[in-house]
Amino acid sequence: MTTQTPASGSDPVPNRIHARPVPRPGRLVAAVVVLILAAMAANALITNENFRWDVVWLYLRDIVVIRGVMWTLVLTFASMAIAVVLAVVLAMMRRSDNPVMRWVSWVYIWFFRGTPIYTQLIFWGLIAVLYPRLSLGIPFGPEFFSFRTDDVITAFWAALLGLALNEAAYLAEIVRAGLTSVDPGQTEAAKALGMKDGKIMRRVVLPQAMRVIVPPTGNETISMLKTTSLVVAVPFTLELTYATSAIGNRNFLPIPLLVIAALWYLLITSILMVGQHYLEQYYGRGFGTTTRRRGRGKGPAGGRQAAIAAAGTVQEDVNKDVTP
Amino acid sequence: MSAISDAAAAPAGSRDMVSVRAVHKVFGHGHDAVHVLKGVDLDVARGEVTVILGPSGSGKSTLLRCINELEEITGGSVVVGGDLMGYREDAKGVLHRLHPKVVAKQRSRIGMVFQRFHLFPHMTALENIMEAPVQVRGLSKKAARQRAQELIERVGLSDRVDHYPAQLSGGQQQRVAIARALAMDPELMLFDEPTSALDPELVGEVLSVMQDLARSGMTMIVVTHEIGFAREVADHVVFMDDGVIVESGPPSKVLDDPQEQRTRDFLAHVL
Repeated sequence: MTTQTPASGSDPVPNRIHARPVPRPGRLVAAVVVLILAAMAANALITNENFRWDVVWLYLRDIVVIRGVMWTLVLTFASMAIAVVLAVVLAMMRRSDNPVMRWVSWVYIWFFRGTPIYTQLIFWGLIAVLYPRLSLGIPFGPEFFSFRTDDVITAFWAALLGLALNEAAYLAEIVRAGLTSVDPGQTEAAKALGMKDGKIMRRVVLPQAMRVIVPPTGNETISMLKTTSLVVAVPFTLELTYATSAIGNRNFLPIPLLVIAALWYLLITSILMVGQHYLEQYYGRGFGTTTRRRGRGKGPAGGRQAAIAAAGTVQEDVNKDVTP
Repeated sequence: MSAISDAAAAPAGSRDMVSVRAVHKVFGHGHDAVHVLKGVDLDVARGEVTVILGPSGSGKSTLLRCINELEEITGGSVVVGGDLMGYREDAKGVLHRLHPKVVAKQRSRIGMVFQRFHLFPHMTALENIMEAPVQVRGLSKKAARQRAQELIERVGLSDRVDHYPAQLSGGQQQRVAIARALAMDPELMLFDEPTSALDPELVGEVLSVMQDLARSGMTMIVVTHEIGFAREVADHVVFMDDGVIVESGPPSKVLDDPQEQRTRDFLAHVL
């Protein structure tokens, strides 16, 4: 017999079911075990004198450390900005009718994804050794003027270019997936209205592709934040990791300074994660199994993206092939 | 070749809005080649409504897409409003492919309505209608908005101006799509199974908009399975099967007194 309570005035369901849940003792045991392990880990962190939490606190707000944070942020966002522009160009080249464009884009992505970023950064650091002078002129012909590579490509620019050119290869694939995810019917409808290819891309395809492009690009930004620690290979020495480890080596206290760097990366990542959450909400998930259309009714932006999502002109699974 | 010359030489004021001559369309190459259109001739006079009927896979949608250059034809010629579509013929009779910009301009004079609407989901109904006049014609936003308001009223959706496509029913979306095509002041409207993706109770509202449009003198080519619409609105009915036009003529002839067995079989299935 099911347990039935008599309709208690306000309940619209007169025969509401009050069944006992399936007993799951394993869950409780697992939770207790995991909690104990977590408590042990926390204890090991806090009570271990070797971490020197007093030093951590002291240097956390040191001016050199703060400057390191600033340089890390500058490198992260500047390289991402350059990479995004380059990636859109590369992705369009990959989809071009021109075989030379497709091939060049493919080789670029193949090379920059296929070699370690660390190696690439060392190369950028050595660019002045490889090419002491850079010149502008006619290819294989006379040059108009030239300058010393060292004067133009400083350590900062070498680091920035190294990070950006590498990242562009990864982002290009993300952008390509986004462009491919837009229903070909959208392009056809725009064509039928007499729109030219460039306009179709800017006005119709890209805005819809953004829904697929933005979430992984947020991931890449968080990843880039930590990749900037590799620019010591150039060597560029002002960013967070190098700045903190330099202090640590000088004071013979490497561990607390590493902890400081880790805490700063964690803090910035957390902020970026919050930002990414809102961006993803903005670019609305809204279809598939969780058709919640959260964005709708929250002003034009939210409604717009929810509308794109709900229209189903953008594929959820970007790896799926679109047959024209 | 001579067919192309004749058609291309036709004066702009000729009675024919559309003149399709011996059009062939082959998809793919070699072993995978599919011969979809096998020499189609079709003339549509200015202000006339032509309905194309036929089983699926007969090539009727492909024919429609060849008329506005969404598909490149493999052989033959398509002339719309006196212009050879997609090509320029020089004095020696050699065809030169037109620049995509010129093709885009040719297309902008032909409106098209798709089976699955293909409204731009990131734009409101009104923005959908304004898009092409602003982006292609260079019309001011203000003028485009005013024109869009008129058109959306014409399709009976004045109260849905600021809705996004996803917030509209299929029938409403299709009516917005018709208004979007009309915003470019086309000389010719192509409808590719405009009611096939709609719930039965929404078909009527779209057909009635199309009927009004036909009454206003618009030249229309409609691919549809709506025999009732063909009977009531069409000046010409064309029956296609297996890439060729099997039979054509006024609806009273093709629908009520078909001469070809294939036409009779098809109508027996549909009616």
